[in-house]
Amino acid sequence: MAFGSDRGRFTEMKRSVVDKNLGPLVKTVMTRCIQCTRCVRFASEIAGTQDLGMLGRGSGEEIGTYVEKLMTSELSGNVIDICPVGALTSKPFAFKARNWELKGTESIDVTDAVGSNIRIDSRGPEVMRILPRLNEDVNEEWISDKTRFCYDGLKRQRLNDPMIRGPDGRFKAVSWRDALAVVAEVMHQVKPEEIVGVAGKLSDAESMMALKDLLNKMGSNSVSCEGNGVQPQADLRSGYLLNTGIADLEKADAFLLVGTQPRIEAAMVNARIRKAVRSNFAKVGYIGPATEFNYDSEHLGTGPQTLLEIAEGRHPFSSAIKNAKNPAIIIGAGIFEREDKDAVFSVVESIAKSANVVRPDWNGLNVLLLHAAQAAALDLGLVPESDNSIESAKFLYIMGADDLNLDKIPSDAFVVYQGHHGDQSVYRANVILPSSAFTEKEGTYANTEGRTQQTLPAVPTVGDARDDWKIIRALSEVAGVRLPYDSLLDIRERMKMVAPNLLSMDEREPATFSSLIKPEPKKEMSMTPFKAAIENFYMTDSITRASKIMAQCTAQLLKK
Amino acid sequence: MLARRAAQRLAEIRQAFRHSAQASRSLSTALNYHIDTPDNNPNMPWKFSEQNQGKVKEILSQYPSNYKQSAVIPLLDLAQQQHGGWIPVSAMNEVARIVEVAPIRVYEVATFYSMFNRITVGKYHLLVCGTTPCMIRGSRDIEDALLKHLGVKRNEVTKDGLFSVGEMECMGCCVNAPMIAVADYSNGSEGYSYNYYEDVTPKRVVEIVEMLRKGEKPPHGTQNPNRIKAGPEGGNTTLLSEPQPPPCRNLEAC
Repeated sequence: MAFGSDRGRFTEMKRSVVDKNLGPLVKTVMTRCIQCTRCVRFASEIAGTQDLGMLGRGSGEEIGTYVEKLMTSELSGNVIDICPVGALTSKPFAFKARNWELKGTESIDVTDAVGSNIRIDSRGPEVMRILPRLNEDVNEEWISDKTRFCYDGLKRQRLNDPMIRGPDGRFKAVSWRDALAVVAEVMHQVKPEEIVGVAGKLSDAESMMALKDLLNKMGSNSVSCEGNGVQPQADLRSGYLLNTGIADLEKADAFLLVGTQPRIEAAMVNARIRKAVRSNFAKVGYIGPATEFNYDSEHLGTGPQTLLEIAEGRHPFSSAIKNAKNPAIIIGAGIFEREDKDAVFSVVESIAKSANVVRPDWNGLNVLLLHAAQAAALDLGLVPESDNSIESAKFLYIMGADDLNLDKIPSDAFVVYQGHHGDQSVYRANVILPSSAFTEKEGTYANTEGRTQQTLPAVPTVGDARDDWKIIRALSEVAGVRLPYDSLLDIRERMKMVAPNLLSMDEREPATFSSLIKPEPKKEMSMTPFKAAIENFYMTDSITRASKIMAQCTAQLLKK
Repeated sequence: MLARRAAQRLAEIRQAFRHSAQASRSLSTALNYHIDTPDNNPNMPWKFSEQNQGKVKEILSQYPSNYKQSAVIPLLDLAQQQHGGWIPVSAMNEVARIVEVAPIRVYEVATFYSMFNRITVGKYHLLVCGTTPCMIRGSRDIEDALLKHLGVKRNEVTKDGLFSVGEMECMGCCVNAPMIAVADYSNGSEGYSYNYYEDVTPKRVVEIVEMLRKGEKPPHGTQNPNRIKAGPEGGNTTLLSEPQPPPCRNLEAC
């Protein structure tokens, strides 16, 4: 008794609340909830999915969905950060680590072209969680669910050792020396024009620079980046950047989305568009396959036919753009894959001209890129010499490109795969060179608005993997075409000669010339409708495809 | 020794409290979340009836077209009258569709107000006032009498589906306490009525129930024959003279 009773003195009814099932990302401990309604406001005002609400009254009041419903927003993970009491917590991170054990590394995200600012929390060699970092110009204080929860993909399907495919078709682990020697030998056996390099969607600028330099030294200029199409337009930066800037999209009062589904392709850009719709009552017109929007929008049509109608002023939406103060046209990078992309672009540019979209004080003609590497690749001039370089390749150097059409590669081609995940392209590879993922290296990325940002290593590399540019530098030495840089500083000096904007860190370098000065296209526009660039929001690259959490999201949240 | 006695006393006090805690009452008629049942699920089709469609239009016409969601409470009320005194989840979805808001915004309203029933009630839903003045005047006895007579628990429907008993907070009849309110859903939204029976006694409520069962309409208002409305028993005792004009009301002089 000296220390008081061993029983609680609370004899009233203890209030308790049933936990809700909000899906594979958000865990609920509803008894902790204090009914602050931050999550309800976030869901209805920013995420735009009205799932959560305040039910009941008085002491029986609780947050919930009333009917059994999962939270189907691509921004749902942010309610975890918002919840002041931990009633909504991260399901994958719950009870996995204490946050004083974690080391925070301020980095950026590469799963889409937005380049959201993130903090990677790691414990020893393991990434434990990813949190957003405030950057009002890019992602504000939110990140998408893919950014937040893709990290478990970094622990699975990783490539540890250099490997060579034997005559029996099986991979055998070898030393770096042997692997590089084999690659260098084959590289010298083929003709220079038969050497082809493809950079992947997660590649950093340094490694793309090194790859381009290596192939150029070997006499080939067939180096491209996946997602940029066969003949990318790299001459004018305004032709592939989000010229308005992500933050300035808020000022727009009319949007024309051409073949882009921003909700799936760049969730943070979509949040900005939603903000403009809410605050400026911006009108949104969309041309493309049927899709879901989380704000009021008008589905104008599915293909170039509608685009022509708007250009000729026959469509009712053309007056909406003309009368807008700050009109914004956003073209999806999925159109890069079309044969007639130049024609599509020229029609869009004629709309821009007639609606006065590009003015000295406002540039509303935008391209929304899909992948983290795309902008830097075009800045560095990764433009292949011919249209069908892969089809005629004898030596193919794949640097993390996993969405290649493997059937296109000739059967007698020697394929080198350099990457961090055993994903689709590994099936065709003859040699595997393991490299580090974005959490393990220092790399420069340019996002869709042309902002240069940097990843920093948060965890050590896996197994015998090396940084991408170092592998290429080592290979150049073995092949006898030594590249003249030995450190990141040296390679950045080289990048400065090609694209100086990639060195002004955390700054956005807008395009100088507008794309309205481009020559007339030669090809006719075909009338085939636009296709969706991304089918599954949760699985777009090798990291997210290896992720278990993303697989659960795909199975539970995307089922109709 | 002293310690043991103190502990014993503490246990006794706790026991006493625990007993009263068990008697704590729950006012809500249903849970704050929906559980699918054969007669209440989102896949069940639900529409306003032909004659109620006109009423829906009339209700919507009372609000500006950009504030349609203002009509959510009258529409839920209409849906409740049409559906025999309670609102299934598909009716809430239909209301949400009509006022053009997300369904959750309607669920929030329907769960907030205790007058919206989200589980089945009887054709005559008897609501006993449980607030302090009525409680002092014996509303617990009234409720006990009703529950005993009908053989149900609170918020339970009788086997014949005719009656259910619920509790409500103050309905503003404290001067005629105790009172019950009877919501009559026996004839849909056309014959819907919501009447107060005041100054009731345990005997009188049973009589009222029996009259309702026979289809009669017992006179509503005070059940004390010696009172007129909210006046004192046996007629007025004060203010018997003609009312005098107030003094110093020569407005011209001011």
